[in-house]
Amino acid sequence: MNNTWLDFSVNRPKTVLIIGFMLIIATALGAKNLYFRGDYKVFFEESNPQRTAFEEMQRTFSKNDGASIIIAPKSGNVFNLQTLSLIHEMTEDAQQTPLSIRIDSLTNFQHTWAEDDDMIVEDLVYDLADLDQQRFDYIRSIALNEPNLVNRLISPKGDVTVINVSVNLAEGDQTAEVIEVTESIKALTDKYKAKYPEHDFYHTGVVLMNYSFATFAKRDFSTIVPLMFLTVILIMWLLLKTAVGTFSTVVVIASSIAVTMGVAGWFGMFMSTATVNVPTMVMTLAVADCIHVISTMLYGMSLGKDKKEALLYSLSLNKMPIFITSATTGVGFLTLNFAAVPILADLGNLTAVGVLFACIFSLTILPALIMILPIKQLPKQISSSKLSYTERFGEWVIAHHKRILPFTLVVAVTAIGFSFNNQLNDVPTDYFDKSTKFRKSTDFQQQHISGMANLDFSIFTDEDSGINKPQTLQKIEAFSQWLRTQPEIDHVSTITDTFKRLNKNMHGDDPNYYLLPDDRELAAQYLLLYEMSLPYGLDLTNQLDMNKSTTRIMTMVKNVGSKELTALESKAQQWFTTYAPNLKLTVASPALMFGHIGETNMASMLEGTLVALLLISGLLVFALKSFKMGVISLLPNLLPAGIGFGIWGIYSGEVNLGLSVVLSMTLGIIVDDTVHFLSKYRHARISGNDAEQSVRYAFASVGRALWITTLVLATGFSILMLSPFALNSDMGLLTSIIIVVALAVDFLFLPPFLMAFDRKNIKQELTHE
Amino acid sequence: MNRNFLSSVTIISLVLTLMSYASSGHAQSAQEKGLAIAKERKLRDKGWGDSTGNMSMILRNAQGEEVERKMHLKSLELVDDGDKGLTIFDQPLDVKGTVFLNFTHAIEPDDQWMYLPKLSKVKRIRSRNKSGPFMGSEFAFEDMSSFEIEKYKFKYLRDETFEGQASFVLEQEPTDENSGYSKQIVWVDKKHYRVLKIEFYDRKGSLLKELVNYEFTLYLDKFWRPLRTEMFNEQNGKSTELITHELNFNTGLSDNDFNKGTLKNVR
Repeated sequence: MNNTWLDFSVNRPKTVLIIGFMLIIATALGAKNLYFRGDYKVFFEESNPQRTAFEEMQRTFSKNDGASIIIAPKSGNVFNLQTLSLIHEMTEDAQQTPLSIRIDSLTNFQHTWAEDDDMIVEDLVYDLADLDQQRFDYIRSIALNEPNLVNRLISPKGDVTVINVSVNLAEGDQTAEVIEVTESIKALTDKYKAKYPEHDFYHTGVVLMNYSFATFAKRDFSTIVPLMFLTVILIMWLLLKTAVGTFSTVVVIASSIAVTMGVAGWFGMFMSTATVNVPTMVMTLAVADCIHVISTMLYGMSLGKDKKEALLYSLSLNKMPIFITSATTGVGFLTLNFAAVPILADLGNLTAVGVLFACIFSLTILPALIMILPIKQLPKQISSSKLSYTERFGEWVIAHHKRILPFTLVVAVTAIGFSFNNQLNDVPTDYFDKSTKFRKSTDFQQQHISGMANLDFSIFTDEDSGINKPQTLQKIEAFSQWLRTQPEIDHVSTITDTFKRLNKNMHGDDPNYYLLPDDRELAAQYLLLYEMSLPYGLDLTNQLDMNKSTTRIMTMVKNVGSKELTALESKAQQWFTTYAPNLKLTVASPALMFGHIGETNMASMLEGTLVALLLISGLLVFALKSFKMGVISLLPNLLPAGIGFGIWGIYSGEVNLGLSVVLSMTLGIIVDDTVHFLSKYRHARISGNDAEQSVRYAFASVGRALWITTLVLATGFSILMLSPFALNSDMGLLTSIIIVVALAVDFLFLPPFLMAFDRKNIKQELTHE
Repeated sequence: MNRNFLSSVTIISLVLTLMSYASSGHAQSAQEKGLAIAKERKLRDKGWGDSTGNMSMILRNAQGEEVERKMHLKSLELVDDGDKGLTIFDQPLDVKGTVFLNFTHAIEPDDQWMYLPKLSKVKRIRSRNKSGPFMGSEFAFEDMSSFEIEKYKFKYLRDETFEGQASFVLEQEPTDENSGYSKQIVWVDKKHYRVLKIEFYDRKGSLLKELVNYEFTLYLDKFWRPLRTEMFNEQNGKSTELITHELNFNTGLSDNDFNKGTLKNVR
């Protein structure tokens, strides 16, 4: 084979390094274009049907993305002078929030009542001066009986209240705006925390969720990546015990990451909660390449070769396996392009790019660096006790293969059985670890008032002022009542409550008139009167469209799983087909977008995994030069994922977006073990050994390398578990599990399997034909 | 008492303005100049008496869909208080015949009544709010009520040419804390003191809406009225066009026509 380009980096290391680093730096400069994006929309393609439905709704009505400030007085009672003053002042101040379009609070709730033929529209708490106990009781009774307030702005017990700040975020990248709004809300809260220390404050809402996405991505980047570097250095030092080797490896992985990030930057990509994992993954995968090159070189040197000879020996032995394993890993990551979530596709593409560069660098920069750096003529013989340990383990497997095979089969089948425990579940609030402030806030809100998630229902009449028709109003009311009986729903804001209240007000507050107006003109005239009496920002545009042909019912939903949420959506649609076939319903919200994305993404990723499997198996047939081995390899390649998901089914059972990509991602990685094991096995078989001898040979020659790379990979991916963000930590955990299982399969299942089913003598086989 | 206080303020400021005019060459503060221009604007419009008009409102959303609302108006000028106005809704049909009576006040909440034909009752609306949307349009009620000096604090900003017309640019800050705006920037043409354009800033100081007047027509040889007004909401992309189809002065309306007791009979 033509080795000239590899020899070149050994013969002319300085040239390679100078040209190499010039190219690396030029490419890496692109990283300056990188920026973090924190809005949840990065999870959804522009054509995502739930996203378009939501955006359409946001255009028809005023936007209701926002930040919620939750206020909990330590006294356990909101209705006192101190707390009401706090809400009143803070509501006023919150209008200064950048991009805010609407502030909803207990105090600025537009309370309407009648006095003779007067209709009064006023803030529920307007004048702080005339508050006394009697007034507190009055405000309390109004608030706790107002369907528009309870479980949204006030807890049913009256112990916790919420100020909602709705903002008008631009389309597209909202990160800068989200940060601006959140920082303003935080500053506002700090001000009132100091002024009213007897209160606890919490922040939730879509804006805060976006903010958390962005800040956690940044934090992961600045904590996990350095930690990964340290781990790599430690592992290299412990395993190879060579300073030059460790240093060169660090240079190679740093270069791989820098170039990958540079490419991302030149292509105008952004960092997100998913792509923030790229450096860690690239690092993990690059280390394996370096280990192969360096350990073979050390082995060569221990055989008495000099550094140059040993390097050339290592390169010629490793170039093909490194290329093949990089190719399979790259293919695995590239199939993330099947994901319905754009940032997961970005993750796949960038990691594939990183793997490609790691492959190139470990075959060029790495040898060049080792060439110019001083390295002692053979440090130490690789400890022989470990070598024999692996071999002894192999002997044990060989000796007991008849018992191990059924045992592993039973374990595998059982584990795979448990994988059916897994359920797709994407709850955006649950992406954040319980230790995070954001999660604590959403949990507090859920416990006292309502879930953070909202679900909005638009009802279309397709008729100018069609909402005012009595039969339409009755349908809306019946539907609203139906919504209120749903266990998942905490709060329903519906225009029919306003109509009933107005009708009562118009009849001298006679409670018998707390009914829907039974006449279209009457309803329209109420609305005309009411709209004109509302203050700026508290109009009805969040509930009614321009020509009153469409209304939006806004609900607060418990932070339930995607199954419950999508089921609720279908039940609502079912209700409409049964009871209101003339009206059209659309359901939308960010939570619902997440509710669907898990399923959509899993379906598309299964396709992706199938493609990955075909491509990778094709590569294996080519690499192992045997169709039969390619087919046999399917088993050890697929089993680990099955068993891994089985373990996951026992451990958690909840599968989120992050996990849907694990399948094709790990496929490309674990295949490496199989390639190494089977290629050595086949090599021995072709040389005329039987299955048992070939297994022995495979254990002896690659056993140690396999557990070392497994250790590195599993450690690398389990470092992702430190992320407070479940998408990343779960992905890291499950990937590590599968990588470890893959080794177990290759060591415990594959050898007995080969010994049981690969009995025919290859030479005999050939002569029989 | 309030009224007296206000009128004394008015008189004093008038005197001050006159003094400042008299001593021309004496440096005038931006506030004084702004107030003087506003007063001249008010003065140029003084004496129109009463009017009736026929209007359409065209509401457009950000996607360009539109819907038309129709109404006719009766207005009466008051010398020592805000004007009185009657709005009779014609379209959409379900609010046809609804009548809205408003007595504008500079500082206190306006007096407002509404006659709901379906309920055949006159309801008095008591609310400090005047910034809610008018018929779902981009006009707040406060944008449509009469211009009174006491409603704002003025500040002259600069001279500027707007659409070829030499103009003063003024800042006016609402005195009513229930106003939806933190300030308005007004372009007044130097020749006729007509309002050409207004920028409305929300309470956090961001640009909210922009109003531009078109097709100025002269009535009674003295009073300019725009026959078309565009209000564009910068924040949500919606807009409203207000079109005056017909406008008559000296129609013989009197105070008796603006009476809550007779609202039922208004056509």
